Order: sequence, then C-alpha cells, then structure tokens
Amino acid sequence: MNTESTRLIEARGVSIRRKGRQLLHAIDISVDRGEVVTLIGPNGAGKTTLVRVLLGLLQPDSGRVQRDTSVRVGYVPQHLHLNSTMPISVKRMMGLTGRPSLNAIKAALEETGAEKLIEARMSDLSGGELRRVLLSRALLRHPDLLILDEPVQGVDYIGEADLYALIAEIVGRHGCGVLMVSHDLHIVMAATDRVVCLNHHICCTGVPQEVVGHDEFQRLFGTRAGAVTALYQHSHDHVHESADVVPVPEAVVPVSGEVVAATGENTYRRMPHPGGQRDAG
Amino acid sequence: MLDDFFVRALLVSVGIGAVAGPLGCFLLWRRMAYFGDTMAHSALLGVALGIILGTSPIVSVFAIVFIAALSLLFLQKVVHLASDTLLGLLSHSALALGVVILALSGSTLGHGLLSYLFGDVLAVTRGDLIVVWAGGLVCLAVLAYIWRPLVALTVHEDLARAEDSPVERSQIIYMILIAGAVAAGMKVVGVLLIVALLIIPAAAAQSLSRTPEQMAVLAAVIGMLASSGGMYGSLVLDTPSGPTIVVMALILFLVSLVIRPLSRVLESVQ
Repeated sequence: MNTESTRLIEARGVSIRRKGRQLLHAIDISVDRGEVVTLIGPNGAGKTTLVRVLLGLLQPDSGRVQRDTSVRVGYVPQHLHLNSTMPISVKRMMGLTGRPSLNAIKAALEETGAEKLIEARMSDLSGGELRRVLLSRALLRHPDLLILDEPVQGVDYIGEADLYALIAEIVGRHGCGVLMVSHDLHIVMAATDRVVCLNHHICCTGVPQEVVGHDEFQRLFGTRAGAVTALYQHSHDHVHESADVVPVPEAVVPVSGEVVAATGENTYRRMPHPGGQRDAG
Repeated sequence: MLDDFFVRALLVSVGIGAVAGPLGCFLLWRRMAYFGDTMAHSALLGVALGIILGTSPIVSVFAIVFIAALSLLFLQKVVHLASDTLLGLLSHSALALGVVILALSGSTLGHGLLSYLFGDVLAVTRGDLIVVWAGGLVCLAVLAYIWRPLVALTVHEDLARAEDSPVERSQIIYMILIAGAVAAGMKVVGVLLIVALLIIPAAAAQSLSRTPEQMAVLAAVIGMLASSGGMYGSLVLDTPSGPTIVVMALILFLVSLVIRPLSRVLESVQ
C-alpha cells in the first residue's frame, strides 16, 4: 500500500509551552488509513494537549499539523461534563452539530449496540453506554479518522475489552484510521498497530512488542511492561480471551507522573479490587 | 384598548416574559446566573450615563450591559481572580457607580431610582410597547438562528469547535441578546429583578422537559404566564407590578416541582 496517499493526518515538530512549562516538545506523529495508533503515557504527559493540537483546537508554538481538508474527523472527547440542568436525549445528542436523519441515527446507534438507548436521557447513561453513544455520534459523520480520547473512561474492565473489540470491528468495517489515547496500557495494546509513548516528548514508538521492551517505556510503566508482552501475545490469536486475563486496571496508573510499580505476575492473576494495587507494590 | 395603561403594561410584560424564558435557559445550563446578575446591575450605570449624555436610557443601557459582558469575558481570561470575585466586584461597583453618577447629575433619586431598581411597567408608553414587541420578535428569531450552535457549545465546547460549529460568534450574539433583554426588561421588573425573569421560568421548565428545545418553549410559556399572572395579581392586591411578577414566577416554579412526582403517583394509581 502506498503510504503517501493513505496518510490521514501528520504532525511534524509540534511544540507547545504554557506558563513556563514545556507541554509538548518536537512531536512527530501520523495516522494512516486503516491503522490504529495508540497514544500512551502517564497522566499529565500532554496527551490531551496533543489531541487538541491535532484537532486544530490549539495552535502549536512551533511545528505544523497537516490534514487534508477532505479528511473527515470523528472526535470522542475524554469527558462530557453534562450539566444535569440540561435535558437532552440520546437522539438529540446525535444531532448536536449536524442534522442526521432518524434512520442514520438508528444505524449509527445499532453499530455500537446502543440502539435501545435512543430515547434515553444522556444524564441517565452508564459509563459504558455513554462511550457507545459518543462513538456512534462520531460515526454519524462517516469519519476517515477517529480520534478517541480515553475511549474507555468510566467503563468497568469487562466493558473495556468489549469496547476495544468494538473499535477494532469499526476500523475493519469503515477502513478509517484511529488515534486512541490511553493512560493505561493493558488490553489496548492487543488492538493496536502502532504505539506512541508520550511524556511531553515522544519516548518511543513502534509496534507493541517493540515498545514494551524499550528502556524508556519500562521506566515509565515499571515492571508491568513484561505482563503486557505476555498479554499481547496471548490475545493475539483470539481476541475474546483477553477478557479472561484482564490485569488489574488500576495497578499501573501512574499518579502524577510517579510510577506505581506492581509485579506483573501478582496483578496478572488477581481479580481487581481496591486493595490489590497496594498489596502488589 | 391600547390606550389603557394597564393593557399596555400587560402586553409589555408578556412580551418580555416570552423572550426572557428561552434566553434564560442558557444562563441555567452554563451556570451563568451570577453573570446575568452582573450584566443587569451594570444597567444602572447605563441609565446614569444615558441621563448625562442625554440619550434614551434603553440605548445607553444596552451599550453598557454589552460592554460589561465583553469585559467580563476578557477579564476572566487575563485577571487571576476567582470568577465569582470578579463578578461581585464588577456587579456592585457598576451598581454603586450608577447611583453616584445619578446623584451627581442632579436627578431626583427618590421614585426615579426605585423605578429603575424594581421597574415601573405601568408607565410604559405606546412607543415602548412597539419597541419591546418588535425587538422581542427579532430577538427570538436571532436566538432560533443561533440555537443549535449554542446548544452544541453548551454540551461540549471542544466537540462543537472540532465539528466546525461557530462557537465565538454564537457566544457574542447571545451576549447581545441578553443585553437587549436586560435593557427592555428593566422597564418591567427593574435591574435588581430582571435576572429572576430570566432564571425562574427556565428553572420551572427544566424538570418538565426532555430536550433543550422543549425546555425553551416551555420557559417562554411560563414566562408569559408569570408576567400576565403577576400583572393581574398586582392589580388585585395593589402591589408593585415588577416584584409581583417575580413572585408569580416563583409560584409557577414551586408548582413545577410537584408536577412530576404528582404525575408519577397518578400513573401508579391507574
């Protein structure tokens, strides 16, 4: 495949400084059609800042973002601070910026398995339902590029595996490119073509197997990296099995840049519970 | 019929109520009630400047309120003060400055000031009636035009921007509409109570609506009911009309609180 003609978005040398802090330094990143790129990094690493630059919401101090005007972008934000005083149904939410037909709305909701929610109030949705509705909304625009900021935010860990499987399915069906953001690394790696590890600068990038072996990645994510390799290879031949071997989701969430190291073996076998990560560390 | 001062006052209040309801929905959704209050308080400064410059108060009030809104948006970005501190500072300074300038200008502060603070709808002229209704219709038409972008940016500003919804333009037009509503509503309920007419009908409509559009229409209806009910109330009870309208709006809000639980009870009985 000719990579030149299938490039959806490309950023070169993007830097951003705010209040004396270097948020992003010389970032190169690109997404091709049919490719799933996962942007990974600890909290506060500048992931959402980079997403906002790529969406054209934030002007970089230096560097540039290239995106053909014909490339339609579907965006799923990390948070939706729905004000409880605003009554809004899922159906109305689907037509927030466009005017889709009822059939188009139903089809988009069916694609994510959320068709039963069409009349529900947005404020009544669970975390997983909200994610599906937001994904459907992005699909309504027939995007060439999907930008998903923390697509499993507020979803329990079984729901996470389902959502990642759904995203992989959508990429297969629509042939769009995906840029996914995650502060965590487990299941997401299995459904990813390329990982970009960000901590204000790009630490490393490559296919998941390569990245997890990288020094800087291990420094950021601790010994958990080993477990990810195992998970990646394990789920390689059968996606659904990943649900059986879900590692503790919270075990490796680095709090404010500090890495909470947990031994891969311990967290790997145990069902997640609030005390799990402290025991393991 | 329009020669009757009460009919004129009634029609003006109903017109203001119809516009204030839908406009107020956004103050609710965006948690901008205090912001609206600040705009309204700066109206008195507008009155004072209007008297000094010899312009029609409705024009000077509109201009000052709009300028106050823009400077608030600007100051929030550059000044390192909590947003409520900034609002309180601007709100009360504008109110105080307005009273001081009114006093210096030598205008009689007695009834004049009270009528600006609490409204004097019985004094509206035939010309006021035409201005309020023509302006109200334009205001509603413009609001309908920017409605969808406004809802989109209220739900998620970045999402609206990413999907090419006109965010800045809609926000500024909305400020102009609020400034217009404050300038016109000042006649009816006065600068101290105009925000009540924006907020309370919208709050009453909220629990009874499923979509933003339903809430806007319902808020307009409740606003008109509050205005007409309040006007009749003030006639019967011989109370000041502005505050009576606000009390009527409050009663409608309290009614809205029991409608939903009541309808559920009725459903379960059947």
